[in-house]
Amino acid sequence: MSTVANTIFSPELAARFDHLVTIYPLQRSALVPMLLYAQDEIGYVSDAAVAEIAQRLDLVELDVRNVLSYYSMLRTKPAGKYNVQVCTNISCMLRGGYKILDHCKKNLGIGHKEVTKDGLFSLEEVECIGACCWAPAMQINYEFYDDLTPEKVDVLLQTYRDGLGKDVK
Amino acid sequence: MPTLVSHPDEVKVVSRRFGQGAADIEKYIELDGYKAVQNAIAQGPEMSNWIINTMKASGLRGRGGAGFPTGMKWSFVPKVSEKPKYVLVNGDESEPGTCKDHVIFREDPHSVIEGTMIAGLAIGSKLGFIYLRGEYRYLLKMVEKAVADAYAKGFLGKNIFGSGIDFDIITQTGAGAYEVGEESALMESLEGKRGVPRIKPPFPAVVGLYGGPTVINNAETIANAAHILLMGGEAYAKLGTERNGGTRLFGISGHVERPGVYELPMGYSLRKAIYEVAGGIKDGKKLKAVVPGGSSCPVLTADEIDVGLDFDQMGKAGTMLGSGGIVVLDETVSIVEFAMRVISFYQHESCGWCIPCREGTDWIKKTLTRVHAGGGSRKDIDNVQYLAENMMGRTFCPLGDAAAMPTLGFVKKFRKEFEDYIDGKRVGTQLITVDQLVGAH
Repeated sequence: MSTVANTIFSPELAARFDHLVTIYPLQRSALVPMLLYAQDEIGYVSDAAVAEIAQRLDLVELDVRNVLSYYSMLRTKPAGKYNVQVCTNISCMLRGGYKILDHCKKNLGIGHKEVTKDGLFSLEEVECIGACCWAPAMQINYEFYDDLTPEKVDVLLQTYRDGLGKDVK
Repeated sequence: MPTLVSHPDEVKVVSRRFGQGAADIEKYIELDGYKAVQNAIAQGPEMSNWIINTMKASGLRGRGGAGFPTGMKWSFVPKVSEKPKYVLVNGDESEPGTCKDHVIFREDPHSVIEGTMIAGLAIGSKLGFIYLRGEYRYLLKMVEKAVADAYAKGFLGKNIFGSGIDFDIITQTGAGAYEVGEESALMESLEGKRGVPRIKPPFPAVVGLYGGPTVINNAETIANAAHILLMGGEAYAKLGTERNGGTRLFGISGHVERPGVYELPMGYSLRKAIYEVAGGIKDGKKLKAVVPGGSSCPVLTADEIDVGLDFDQMGKAGTMLGSGGIVVLDETVSIVEFAMRVISFYQHESCGWCIPCREGTDWIKKTLTRVHAGGGSRKDIDNVQYLAENMMGRTFCPLGDAAAMPTLGFVKKFRKEFEDYIDGKRVGTQLITVDQLVGAH
């Protein structure tokens, strides 16, 4: 087990990682969850996070980066505090997904993979999120919102601006 | 959050506990939960044979899309193995149009846990994994809680139900990748690598996760196991059609009045599913086409929907039952635009491992994007068809086919619409503007 003396993560996350590397038949299996959980805490997968995760798993940093670059949810630059992910895949598209995306662009004043100046929101057009029967749908961080209309989006984004939005981690 | 729907034609097996708070372990137990696994253990030395024979008799076929008989899959795992054996639950639900596992994890996570145990007992495995796509964080938390509750009850861990057998479950999150829904790519991901597919053979039943014999099943398949053991294989089989046992969850989405996840008997009429179960076409419009089993399935036109929803009948109709995601398109949809959106998805998700898929999806996307923007020529239609035909069967995993098959369906069945579009005679309401495509993928 590779514990790390000067961890960059919170004590809770460090303890979680200490445990995670022990549960699998091969400890490398912890890599994808660790990258995602590190991102949840820091906001993105920083160089320091890559270095520490590599150390914890006895991997070289290149191995970690190789995996990091594969998964679409993982990012190496900060997103907004609230990452708005609008699905435009077929079921959502048929029920107004692109209108919702356009509306979010207007409301937030940013485009795909951009962050608002105050760092509060970022916006992404994403592929199918598994909410097809409740389309059009989007996620804000990990929270699902469905059966959307432009009016509902306005109310929802205001809720987050007011600091009252849900945040699943 | 998923809204639960209901229709009198539904036959509820795997959805029997939906809407009853069965994520709570006490409620699950009250609703016959963890009985099937105990019945299996009570078979003593015959346990493995009893489970596999019951599963074979049920006619259950893989609900992820391939439709492989589950009992047979479990029987392929060698009885004796030097390496540990594993059960792997595929909850990486990512096929556009598919959201049924979402509802299972939310409404009945213990059914997945119990099914994993049953599969483990059948093949002689001591460790199961439940892998959920990264976007399903709230569901992962529900499954994690359910697993923790099962441990607290002593249902998981050492000596389960006094059998002398140990069984553990580890939950795992992905981090965004359609390709990881392919079984060998999922194993790569679970081993902490890029989710690229492995060449087969060897098949997972012989060399799977960590090189050990592995059973990998879709979450809905696994969730059916306990129900089948309780009701008996033959009783389950009788609910469906020949060689297509039981029921399955169909997610009906797109232009219907009552979209939702419905459990219907295998072989149920596609027409009735659309017009009766899902309430018909939204706002009284006309049906144009149906993508019957997730975005990789070839499209059916409005006059091709008198077909039964099972693997064999859909195959005969030139398409697939797939993952049960029925996407309904009304008369306002431009097939040119829809085809472009579908291939854009596959181009985005192609992992790049196999050249025909990586290059094929990219060239088809580029061509259809140009056609959509008004710069197409009739030769482009032939080129798209040529590219798609040459992707078929030439990749390690089915993603190449999954991109090529719907593309071929669109250009063959709607060729005239493509030609008219190129000639400036467009039909349908444009949903995607050209600048929306810039930078999006």
